[in-house]
Amino acid sequence: MSKVHVTTSINGEQVEFLCAPEQSLLEVLREGLGKTGTKEGCATGDCGACSVLLDGRLVCSCLVLAVETQDHEVTTIEGIATEEGLHPIQRKFLEHAALQCGICTPGLIVATKSLLEKHPDPDETTIRYWLAGNLCRCTGYDKIIRAVQDVAKELAYPA
Amino acid sequence: MAEAVEFKQIGTSPVRPDGVDKVTGRAQYGADLNLPNMIYGKVLRSPHAHARILGIDTSRAEAMPGVLAVVSGKDFPDAEHGEIGGEGGGDVADLAKNIMARNKVLYHGHAVAAVAATSQRLAEEALAAIHVEYEVLPPVLTLEDAMKADAPLLDENCYTKNLPEKPEKPSNVAAVMQLGRGDVEKGFAQADVIVEGEYRIPMAHQGYIEPHACIANTNEGGQATVWCCTQGHFEFRAMTAKVLKMNVADLKFIASEIGGGFGGKTVIYLEPVAVLLSRKARRPVKMTMSREEVFRATGPSSGTLMRMKVGARKDGTITAAKAWMAYEAGAFAGAPMGPGAMSIFAPYNLENFHVEACDVLVNKPKVAAYRAPGAPQSMHAMECAVDELARELGMDPIDLRLKNAADEGTQAPYGPKFPPIGLKACLQAAKAHPSYTRPLPDGAGRGVAAGFWFNVGMQSSAEVHINENGTVTVVEGNPDIGGSRASMCLMAAETLGVPYENVRALIGDTESTGFSNVTGGSRTTFATGMAVVRACEDIIAQCKARAAATWGVDEDQVLWEDGQAVPAPGVNADVKPLSLADIAANAAKTGGPLLGRASLNAQGAGASFSVNIADLQVDRETGKVDVLAFTAIQDAGRAIHKAYVEGQMQGGAAQGLGWALNEEYIYNANGVMENAGFLDYRIPVASDLPMIDTQIIEVPNPSHPYGVRGVGETPIVAPLAAAANAVRDAIGIRINDLPLSPPRILAALENAEG
Repeated sequence: MSKVHVTTSINGEQVEFLCAPEQSLLEVLREGLGKTGTKEGCATGDCGACSVLLDGRLVCSCLVLAVETQDHEVTTIEGIATEEGLHPIQRKFLEHAALQCGICTPGLIVATKSLLEKHPDPDETTIRYWLAGNLCRCTGYDKIIRAVQDVAKELAYPA
Repeated sequence: MAEAVEFKQIGTSPVRPDGVDKVTGRAQYGADLNLPNMIYGKVLRSPHAHARILGIDTSRAEAMPGVLAVVSGKDFPDAEHGEIGGEGGGDVADLAKNIMARNKVLYHGHAVAAVAATSQRLAEEALAAIHVEYEVLPPVLTLEDAMKADAPLLDENCYTKNLPEKPEKPSNVAAVMQLGRGDVEKGFAQADVIVEGEYRIPMAHQGYIEPHACIANTNEGGQATVWCCTQGHFEFRAMTAKVLKMNVADLKFIASEIGGGFGGKTVIYLEPVAVLLSRKARRPVKMTMSREEVFRATGPSSGTLMRMKVGARKDGTITAAKAWMAYEAGAFAGAPMGPGAMSIFAPYNLENFHVEACDVLVNKPKVAAYRAPGAPQSMHAMECAVDELARELGMDPIDLRLKNAADEGTQAPYGPKFPPIGLKACLQAAKAHPSYTRPLPDGAGRGVAAGFWFNVGMQSSAEVHINENGTVTVVEGNPDIGGSRASMCLMAAETLGVPYENVRALIGDTESTGFSNVTGGSRTTFATGMAVVRACEDIIAQCKARAAATWGVDEDQVLWEDGQAVPAPGVNADVKPLSLADIAANAAKTGGPLLGRASLNAQGAGASFSVNIADLQVDRETGKVDVLAFTAIQDAGRAIHKAYVEGQMQGGAAQGLGWALNEEYIYNANGVMENAGFLDYRIPVASDLPMIDTQIIEVPNPSHPYGVRGVGETPIVAPLAAAANAVRDAIGIRINDLPLSPPRILAALENAEG
């Protein structure tokens, strides 16, 4: 089957690509566009390692067809830091040692960004349920939850 | 080692040097590299759990445009027996046959052929075009079935090892072992109370989030470079060389960042296949496993069956303990029955004990190391039995353990006398911990259990380079699976007396640094850390020599203090101290660049004990268990990077709770795993767990310059029994088998109601 031409926005940049109709956004991001910060842990929507924002909504990029991004906006882990440096979420993940192997970290940071946009001052239960779609096998989540609590505090009540 | 040691940097928790790349998506993991001219490899896997391969017809696949290579068992060198060391080691022939089946498939998912094609999709289509003719055989799926006298055999040449005489007939019992001391029957005769039980735990998976991945690039001269996620690229190189009968010098392995392993990435699966495909196709070949392949075809832990008998006097003294244990090896011999047998009674000072263990072949994937391999299963049985003993005796379970606790000088069940160990300190800390006396909500229960792991030393190499401005590059050979670069930098900074920020650690490939065994056995901070410290001491000796030459004094008249060379007290030298930066800046004039190095086979690994306290609540309507609180107390010897030590304890607790409460390989009658995905094989998610309290005990290991024991594996051991004992406390019913999933809890409750 012939390939489809797609125009979309990724991390604020207009991007064009060709893909097969059945290719997932994850596959195109990683293999086609070289954006390997988005990870594949399962390709079935169960682990959240491939989390990206689609028009600001948290999705598993393995469950989105690449063609569906036509005229939409995608944000990946590569688009979280800014000219000023690391995003506070990224900084707090480092300060709290909230990663061990780090494979789930990009997805968790993207998911946390989405969480804090919807719930700027979340309680622990809200954080745990928001992040329940992002599997981490190394940390037991403790330090991740603390990092998110800390960044929420910093963003809600800037020093 | 003196107790009151003041450290400037050891025990702090700075940001890891590789951190920024890992939070921005820059860090490259196994599947993240793409090479020019690269093609994609895929594996065809057996749809049967047990079958003879009658023929493989790859002609249709080979004729497909874009399919550049097809391999099957006949393309590999003959699988010849021979031992290969290391955590992922074993028999070379078994390793080779596990990677690509020869005349038989031994589990559902066993590799039978592989292709390389210009796209992933094409590679998958080519697999579908390969025709394999099988003669299906009856699968052997349980320990009991496998051990029956008339059981179908996985390997007609498998004669049980370690029996007094070679048995007359082959069987599925690959090996047995015994361990003991004293006279257990006499011990049981002295007991006032005896508890007995049979405990079953099914296979569970390490569950790392990153599937196995590699790229092999074989050139026309026969040399291959392999880039892969691995816990030990030197051992991967050694295994690949053996399986492919290649010269080690023709193989270069580069470790990518690794997305979790827990023991599961100490053994090769894809790498030799990729090298062969690349050799045939004369292109770089990338191979990645799907999550389903990871579940079906990479090493889970052993399913186990334990039969226990433990006796004690009224005062709590354990007079005898006996265990019979069977471990599922999967398709090839090599279950961790040895460490299981040696660890089961490690926390106890026993006069009389006996252990008999069996390594049993079943038509399931070959097991691999999983964090403290063998110990979680065996110690679950003992720690549950001890809990029952405490109930029978009316004793506090921590007091009962203290009464019998192993301590410095106790002869370990596996032979040597313990040097200083932290078990009693952990038990006392648990007894005093607020988590142990905090009131429980209605319907909740509390359980405690002890954990243990030997820890290992083995071989490590390290080099330390001093850059021209006095900053430091540490080169070592252990993939950083949980922050070990930070620990290496901390130990180097402490030893040299320079700021942490001035030190960077690099994991060299197999051609750029000396040999190191795997990142496993909780050995990296201990053994590789020791090599890094020794290499830094080499630098200090060189700096002192150069300062002495500069000052015109003898070398023994120079001391190294706070990162600089100073004249020894009383030395008449009107000189300014020379910092590492000063010496580095003048290196050209004093003998050239500063390079320190060390290689060693680390001796004196220190056992790490733990005690866990679990508070669980059971929903009697649904059978669901909620974790209300969890406290992990563990002897780290010395915590180099405090937060990452806590992280090991918390992560191990979460994995252990998953194993205790939910995780299991579920097989149908044909030997097909029915839950080969994260939806149905459900590992703990954030909403399943509370915060996990940690308390680090520090009883320094005298064999390490900073007292390190190693912390990675012990944390997974105690949660299984701590959880089971908490459920017993909550519902008043002892459930011996794991996982304590809703169906099992409901069945126990219904059974009790009669």
